[in-house]
Amino acid sequence: MTTTGTTARLLDLGEAWTLSGSVELRPEPFGALAYDFHTRRLSFLKSRRLVDVVRALGSRDDVAGALDDCGVAAPERPAYLAALGALADGGLIQRRADHSQEDRTP
Amino acid sequence: MTLIQERPARPEGGRLVDQFEYGLDAPICLTWELTYACNLACVHCLSSSGRRDPDELSTEECKALIDEFERMQVFYVNIGGGEPTVRPDFWELLDYAVEHHVGVKFSTNGFRITPERAARLAATDYVDVQVSLDGATADVNDPIRGAGTYDAALRAMANLQAAGMKDFKLSVVCTRHNIGQLDEFKAIADRYGAQLRLTRLRPSGRGADVWDELHPLPEQQRELYDWLVANGDQVLTGDSFFHLSAYGEALPGLNLCGAGRVVCLVDPVGDVYACPFAIHDRFKAGNVRDGSGFRGVWQEAPLFQELRSPQTGGACTQCSAFDACRGGCMAAKFFTGLPLDGPDPECVKGNAATALAGARTVPGTSQDHSHKGPVRNQPVPLTLMPTRTKPASACDESPLAPSPGWTT
Repeated sequence: MTTTGTTARLLDLGEAWTLSGSVELRPEPFGALAYDFHTRRLSFLKSRRLVDVVRALGSRDDVAGALDDCGVAAPERPAYLAALGALADGGLIQRRADHSQEDRTP
Repeated sequence: MTLIQERPARPEGGRLVDQFEYGLDAPICLTWELTYACNLACVHCLSSSGRRDPDELSTEECKALIDEFERMQVFYVNIGGGEPTVRPDFWELLDYAVEHHVGVKFSTNGFRITPERAARLAATDYVDVQVSLDGATADVNDPIRGAGTYDAALRAMANLQAAGMKDFKLSVVCTRHNIGQLDEFKAIADRYGAQLRLTRLRPSGRGADVWDELHPLPEQQRELYDWLVANGDQVLTGDSFFHLSAYGEALPGLNLCGAGRVVCLVDPVGDVYACPFAIHDRFKAGNVRDGSGFRGVWQEAPLFQELRSPQTGGACTQCSAFDACRGGCMAAKFFTGLPLDGPDPECVKGNAATALAGARTVPGTSQDHSHKGPVRNQPVPLTLMPTRTKPASACDESPLAPSPGWTT
């Protein structure tokens, strides 16, 4: 089990990311549970806004777009980029090579 | 109901553990005992299993429950028993769960994990297996779990490894007799490419009968704690040992009682209990056959509402270690007849000693499916253990003839 926000890695604002195909999010009052069916690892997203950002990643050209969508202002961005970095390290979100490609469309 | 109105409101943000005290929309860790039937008769069985209950959920009811888990996004369930593979529809239900995006980790004594079954299990990421072993050597394991169970567990692990299954679990209940074997357990797990899982002996079910003789001694608790601190990142504990966090450094995990908050148990007849170690009427919240199903029980049962508040009173809240151990395990207190807001019977500060020595009423069990007659692989009585390390003759190894009806 991991919680977010404990890694030095920051996601690049210009990159395109999306929720990994093997991961599902379950909303909870505090944020969400994220479960990876491949690794059988459970993680916790500790704010609802972070959940919104993660969901927005797949439909935006880059990380900055997802943060804009969810109203994450400049002073808060380092914390969000660190949280997303932790999710990336855990394999919960993955890089999209092609900006126009939506990994999770049916 | 005033009880509910008086509950404090969930705080915004803060530590995850504080959030969990207020409960979740669905459990994180759901244990589903699929049957009370078991081909063994382990002395410490926390569900007092042995004989099937005639009222156990049908295949169709089980599938409907899996559907509900899928709707609630219960990502995985821990299936146990009894021995779940004894149910004729076990493999069918396993496939059904996987098809419906409900991952399964099931506990088994290993008797039925043949090379063919192992290959099938290794073929999907959605299934994990947990093989039970309570001694790193047969002379420690078999008096607890039964003659031949050590060999059966190792055979199952060999089959899983040969099939390419990785990181399955070797699950050990820590007792007075195996605390000295922790390194050996780790070596066994490593040998089979498994992950070691250590859990606490609870005085639940038949465990209540043997708890006094089997629970680790105070100095062994310290030994266990030190071992977990040194090896904790490689070993799973199911958050079993949060009462040991009062020694100092918190152990990995949530370190709170998850009963009815993030954890619950569904038993073979569909009764929903607050946790796997609390199969007793006192902790029964409802039944999945009730009108609003499992969701209704989880989200609305008065018992669960009551459990979803931080503990604010009782002797433990005055203790300097309360923030670390949170008063310990509710089930351990209940089944040893201690007050629920007081210290855990294995409180490392020794705060339960007086209460344990004084007059107390042990509640006993509210269900017992133990075998009534002799069972194949019957555990050798513990009191004989010192003389059982080396069998005097071949027939001494297995004193009971196989009983009809069980094929393992």
